[in-house]
Amino acid sequence: MTEKTPGPADGGPVPPAGAGLDAVPFLDIDPVLDDRGTRIIVCCGAGGVGKTTTAAALGVRAAERGRRVVVLTIDPARRLAQSMGIDALDNTPRRVDGIKGSDGGELHAMMLDMKRTFDEIVEAHADPARARAILENPFYQSLSAGFAGTQEYMAMEKLGQLRARDEWDLIVVDTPPSRSALDFLDAPKRLGSFLDGKFIKLLMAPAKVGGRAGMKFLNVGMSMMTGTLGKLLGGQFLGDVQTFVAAMDTMFGGFRTRADATYRLLQAPGTAFLVVAAPERDALREAAYFVERLAAEGMPLAGLVLNRVHGSGAARLSAERARAAAENLDEGRIVDQGPGKTGQRGAPATSSEPSHPATAAVSPARPSASEAAPTADASEEHSSRDTGPDSTGPDTGQDSTTDPDTGPDSTGPDTDPELARLTAGLLRLHAERMRVLAREQHTRDRFTALHPEVAVTEVAALPGDVHDLAGLRAIGERLSTPRDRS
Amino acid sequence: MSRLQVVSGKGGTGKTTVAAALALALATEGKRTLLVEVEGRQGIAQLFETEALPYEERKIAVAPGGGEVYALAIDAERALLDYLQMFYKLGGAGRALKKLGAIDFATTIAPGVRDVLLTGKACEAVRRRERDGRPVYDHVVMDAPPTGRITRFLNVNDEVAGLARIGPIHHQAQAVMGVLKSPDTAVHLVTLLEEMPVQETADGVAELRAAGLPVGRVVVNMVRPQVLDEAAVRAASGDHREAIARTLAGAGVAGAAGLVEPLLDQAAEHARRVELERDQRAVLDGIGLPAYELPYLGDGADIAGLYRLAKELRKQGVGAA
Ligand SMILES: Nc1ncnc2c1ncn2[C@@H]1O[C@H](COP(=O)(O)OP(=O)(O)OP(=O)(O)O)[C@@H](O)[C@H]1O
Ligand SMILES: Nc1ncnc2c1ncn2[C@@H]1O[C@H](COP(=O)(O)OP(=O)(O)OP(=O)(O)O)[C@@H](O)[C@H]1O
Ligand SMILES: [Mg+2]
Ligand SMILES: [Mg+2]
Repeated sequence: MTEKTPGPADGGPVPPAGAGLDAVPFLDIDPVLDDRGTRIIVCCGAGGVGKTTTAAALGVRAAERGRRVVVLTIDPARRLAQSMGIDALDNTPRRVDGIKGSDGGELHAMMLDMKRTFDEIVEAHADPARARAILENPFYQSLSAGFAGTQEYMAMEKLGQLRARDEWDLIVVDTPPSRSALDFLDAPKRLGSFLDGKFIKLLMAPAKVGGRAGMKFLNVGMSMMTGTLGKLLGGQFLGDVQTFVAAMDTMFGGFRTRADATYRLLQAPGTAFLVVAAPERDALREAAYFVERLAAEGMPLAGLVLNRVHGSGAARLSAERARAAAENLDEGRIVDQGPGKTGQRGAPATSSEPSHPATAAVSPARPSASEAAPTADASEEHSSRDTGPDSTGPDTGQDSTTDPDTGPDSTGPDTDPELARLTAGLLRLHAERMRVLAREQHTRDRFTALHPEVAVTEVAALPGDVHDLAGLRAIGERLSTPRDRS
Repeated sequence: MSRLQVVSGKGGTGKTTVAAALALALATEGKRTLLVEVEGRQGIAQLFETEALPYEERKIAVAPGGGEVYALAIDAERALLDYLQMFYKLGGAGRALKKLGAIDFATTIAPGVRDVLLTGKACEAVRRRERDGRPVYDHVVMDAPPTGRITRFLNVNDEVAGLARIGPIHHQAQAVMGVLKSPDTAVHLVTLLEEMPVQETADGVAELRAAGLPVGRVVVNMVRPQVLDEAAVRAASGDHREAIARTLAGAGVAGAAGLVEPLLDQAAEHARRVELERDQRAVLDGIGLPAYELPYLGDGADIAGLYRLAKELRKQGVGAA
């Protein structure tokens, strides 16, 4: 809990967001995009962190910098897909209009249809009659509609196909919203080795190995097993599986071979992995696993994209001071009493209630004020408040002092109450923002302590969703600018 | 309240956190709840800051008021082996199956078998009784797969009952469906006030309803305080800058003049967010489900945060007889 970045630990006013990054290299995206040697960029990370958005934004930026790009998206948000013209699921790349490419850059985009991709493999590798038998098999239908690993496998498969077509000089790949970022690497192997594996061979074994001497033992095991599975799953199901396996016979070997080939593609020097994370504990933990895994697999990591980071142009005003000042305003007090008398924290009186009919249940302006009351559970006590001075909640309002430089003459006693309320609101908002900054900084520091070698770029949280080219451009801009904020 | 509470939602919206808070909130005095996890990620252990949970029900927390929360990380492979053992006294043959990849096949790849085992185990816990006939657990709360997969996950038993038309799996599948489609079950969807999760929630509710699964509530998570409304912000960004600077200075803020602009920027962003949130609320209202609302915890959802959320849920009626 006490890791610190090996950096300038200045004790001055709260540094702006990104200060922890002084110690770590900046991930400079543009050279990666401009390097013609970069052929594949993979965006991976935990669920919901912004993989799809980042992939699309990189696609737009690379195209506008002159590359011929295809972006393979997986489950994009509907409006984003619409704005790129890829909401029609036809499993082939479409050219995206509105790209302001200077020198011949183009963007193509597609949304992965995993079932179609699977069907296409079958169609490409089996004669029509056999293909039909497979496509109609109930076991195949369930498998291709998406069970563990199918989406990841098909994403890899599609990547291999796009690469083989060689029509684009850069492929940007999004990854599925997996429960874990590692699934993207593990699932295809698993499915591939299942489809090519021992077990499936055994399922079709009775016919094949039955005659061979020395295989009797296997046969006994086999019939016991199919017997058991048959009882368990029902004979019909096993029959379906066996039919499926028989029909797929010609394709075995192919799955694993292709999965392996794509895996090697991911290890090639023309590939760059970007690990996307939000500045939150879980997402960064996932990112750390992923970074370690990539290293173990010899896959080239370009760096970490820290997405949805908050900043503040007023970072020199600390959370406590902002809160204390807001309280002064609540109480109609002007600061001419000198420091030391601001301890009284009464109920927030009228301050926190906006006068309009508050939309549904909005918590009070000071979310934790009520919980800090003595009635709080004992359990709250072990909330280790270790996230720095700015995250310690309102309790610290107690010992904050007002600013002695402020002359007593700065305002008359006739402060407009409306204005006081407004200003108090601005201050509370700021205090909240500073708390978020401190927390993000803390989680980020933990990551950089573990992986100081990983280059990082930050993308500020935009106030709204990202769902058009302009939004993607804005993200691209932030991706490639060091230490941007707000 | 339903005996089985299934918590789904878009990835990262807080399913695990909300499920844990719900299990705490339901464990009122003298009650016992079981929190189950089905995705093999040890999310519950991480949340409660304990070591990885074994495949075994164990007490993990005492709720405010004295109820008990047990937790179980269901492991499909173990569940299948137990199951085989129970029905077939397999012994070493189970290991042989494993070696051949049959267990892996059955639990990770064979359509739905895994999901049948997971839902089956949860339903078994719902139905389990003490000798005196009282249920062992008053409530079972499931940290379930995300919205995109939930309908299929819960409905897998229908599918499997169709694929495996005879045999114990078939029977189990039917029994599980009996629980899942009854009022004994409620499926909640966690969302944030953001476009994608809200859209996913709307789609998810429609899907669940179409499948005849009982939808419970929408849980709006990470609701942030609305400090300023738009009108105020608009007023502020008018020609009040100097007055605000004076007010700031009067309240004891040094260097007020230079702070007005960034503070107003933050306020404008906030107002924009409030507006977006209002749009999303309207979409949620359109779904026509009751909602729970949980505040955003500035310090993150650690154990202390969980207790706060549980208290919040109780305030909103969870655990009331
Ligand atoms: N920097 C940002 N500022 C504001 N909103 C953002 C930002 N990045 C992403 N978002 C929004 O966050 C949401 C999730 O982003 P996105 O779909 O890219 O995540 P993902 O990692 O692909 O999710 P999944 O794991 O579900 O596939 C979207 O609504 C997107 O518009
Ligand atoms: N009310 C809240 N206030 C603040 N942070 C929260 C809140 N609820 C959840 N979080 C945080 O959000 C992150 C995601 O929460 P959680 O793991 O519960 O989501 P999930 O939906 O289970 O995710 P996954 O899809 O990965 O399983 C965690 O870091 C958690 O601590
Ligand atoms: Mg995505
Ligand atoms: Mg979870």
